[in-house]
Amino acid sequence: MRHIISLQLENESGALSRVAGLFSARGFNIESLTVAPTNDKTLSRMTIVSIGDNTIIEQIIKQLDKLIDVVKVTNLTATKHVERELALIKINNNPNSQIEIDSIIDAHGAKIVGVSADTYIVEVAGKSRRINDFLMACDTFEILEISRTGVTGVCQKKEY
Amino acid sequence: MKLNGAQILVNCLKSENVSHIFGYPGGAVLHIYDALDACDDIIHVLVRHEQGAVHGADGYARVSGKCGVALVTSGPGLTNAVTGIATAYMDSIPMVVISGQVSSAVIGNDAFQEVDAVGITRSCVKHNFLVKDVNDLSNIVKKAFHIATTGRPAPVLIDITKDATIAVCEFEGYPKSINMRSYQGEITIDTAQIDKAQALIKQAKKPIIYSGGGSVIGNASEALRTFTRRTNFPITQTLMGLGAYPATDRQSLGMLGMHGSYEANMAMHYSDCIIAIGARFDDRITGDLDKFCPYAKIIHIDIDPSSVGKIIGVDVAVIGQVNDALSAITQALKDQELPNIKPWWQQIEKWRAVDSLSYQTKAGVIKPQSVIQTLYEVTQGEAIVTSDVGQHQMWAAQYYPFDEPRRWINSGGLGTMGFGLPAAMGAKLADPASDVVCVTGEGSIQMMLQELSTMLQYHTPVKIINLNNGYLGMVRQWQEFFYEKRYAMSYMDALPDFVKLAESYGHMGIKVDKQENLKPALLEAFKQKDCTVFVDILIDPSENVFPMIPSGAGHHEMLLAGRDKMKTKNDKGLNLV
Repeated sequence: MRHIISLQLENESGALSRVAGLFSARGFNIESLTVAPTNDKTLSRMTIVSIGDNTIIEQIIKQLDKLIDVVKVTNLTATKHVERELALIKINNNPNSQIEIDSIIDAHGAKIVGVSADTYIVEVAGKSRRINDFLMACDTFEILEISRTGVTGVCQKKEY
Repeated sequence: MKLNGAQILVNCLKSENVSHIFGYPGGAVLHIYDALDACDDIIHVLVRHEQGAVHGADGYARVSGKCGVALVTSGPGLTNAVTGIATAYMDSIPMVVISGQVSSAVIGNDAFQEVDAVGITRSCVKHNFLVKDVNDLSNIVKKAFHIATTGRPAPVLIDITKDATIAVCEFEGYPKSINMRSYQGEITIDTAQIDKAQALIKQAKKPIIYSGGGSVIGNASEALRTFTRRTNFPITQTLMGLGAYPATDRQSLGMLGMHGSYEANMAMHYSDCIIAIGARFDDRITGDLDKFCPYAKIIHIDIDPSSVGKIIGVDVAVIGQVNDALSAITQALKDQELPNIKPWWQQIEKWRAVDSLSYQTKAGVIKPQSVIQTLYEVTQGEAIVTSDVGQHQMWAAQYYPFDEPRRWINSGGLGTMGFGLPAAMGAKLADPASDVVCVTGEGSIQMMLQELSTMLQYHTPVKIINLNNGYLGMVRQWQEFFYEKRYAMSYMDALPDFVKLAESYGHMGIKVDKQENLKPALLEAFKQKDCTVFVDILIDPSENVFPMIPSGAGHHEMLLAGRDKMKTKNDKGLNLV
């Protein structure tokens, strides 16, 4: 099963590689990983999406908790939370399909954020599913490049 | 007080009451060595190879219970130390390793003797630090010792750039305490789990205590004895746990696992309640997981939450110091009635009567088992025994019953050949009054032989018992059983004359090639109180370690010497290392 694991970790050099190294050394799977500083400059927030049965996810959480740089680990999937992902999609600018693209963009709540003579860049944000759906709908167009941020999320409870 | 980084480091080490540092100098640590030279309170042991330094610090830590300290230079100094660090990590040994690093200005430039020490050691330390600013140094040293010695102990590396050892700053004394929001060494035991544990214990009809290295490292020997005697439960100990409970006691079933005793493994298999204490269900213990302890409820007491449920699902987890947990359970059982386990003991005595450690003697050859038994007799069971890795390690564990903790020192987790000799040196420095023996083989000893030189310089008289069969014996045994006797590269031709070799290093050498000379030779060796003696014993090259759970089998399917034929290979088992 897919789990979203949220970490608070010391904002120190090497902290990211400790987490990434743990996953590769123990053979855990990473679907996506995002990391950035928080409002507390000494802390980073990392969100990891992993797939595994309950035993594996439990091990992942315990092993992460053991890392000295990790301040807090939360399994967002086990609690009420909001998750979002953002994707930028570069599409070949073909005048023949422009009307169709515009309607798909509207239908999926995406928007065009960059235009050049021969490309569009479309931004779509939401749950990963929404991005997947949008990409499916764009199937008939010539997608030149996709860049996805991976999932980030927060727990809804005031304190957790 | 204005001090340079090197002086600050030495000051911090003094404040941590470090008595011995095992190390080897080099360019990046010259300032540290300069400061160390001016310090009379710390003995520096100059090893001959950095791996020896870390194993020496490791042996010292295992015997003394203190934190071991090693000091190495950058680049090859650090990479040589890695095997030692990984060895200590696998066995949860508290240790601080200090490595020099090139100056911060040239980090990342592929400078001379530069390696990414923090990157290389990341997966075999509990934590590591790169110190580039002298102002951070004393806090980091404090954190390093705190992390290494609390919770589940382990090595911590401090990598210090050369410029940070030279730079001067105001030193306000070693921090008295340290607060880390992301690390708690102490764990409060959940009393609800203690209640659940004692409830399960009270229902057990066929209980067994399975105690591991955590009982030794966690100084829980007394609590373990009290608990075991209070319950009258049988107890088996892992390779790492030997000595926490006295092996010669009636309740002790000996070691369990791949080369454990028949009674221990059979009792594990048929048990209805296993109390795992500071043990981690290692593959040497469990055999085939699908066949492991099919009837048992499991109580797992461990300081490391990630050890619990990692390999085997458990019924009750008690997370915390083993010592505290055992005391709490014993307390909870006070005045409680425990079930009658007399039938269980009767069954166990039947298994014990099989006498699974018996072996056939043969005229004209020395059996390795008899060497260890004679060693036990000559040292009256009171020596500190270190070992290397292989057949001799198993024989030492099987035939030298340890009655006290911190007397059996071996690389159980990583299985590092070469560990025994430098560990013996560290052990002798930690406990000069005790006899220290290194049980080894002609393969292992040659991996760290150069430390014989260090041992002369620092006067650490130990006895080296070399079980010499000319083969990498454990490899040969597996080739005999699982590779149709194709002994690929397991025979060692062109061995040195170990007697002359010992003598050339300034020690004494004795060669034994007849059974009748064995005991006199050992008596002679142990008479030499001030001299390291290398006893080279030519043993039966065909002897195998029994009993054995062959790869892919369960505890109840173990093979006994003389009784069972080794079944040929089993595909599942071949995957085992």
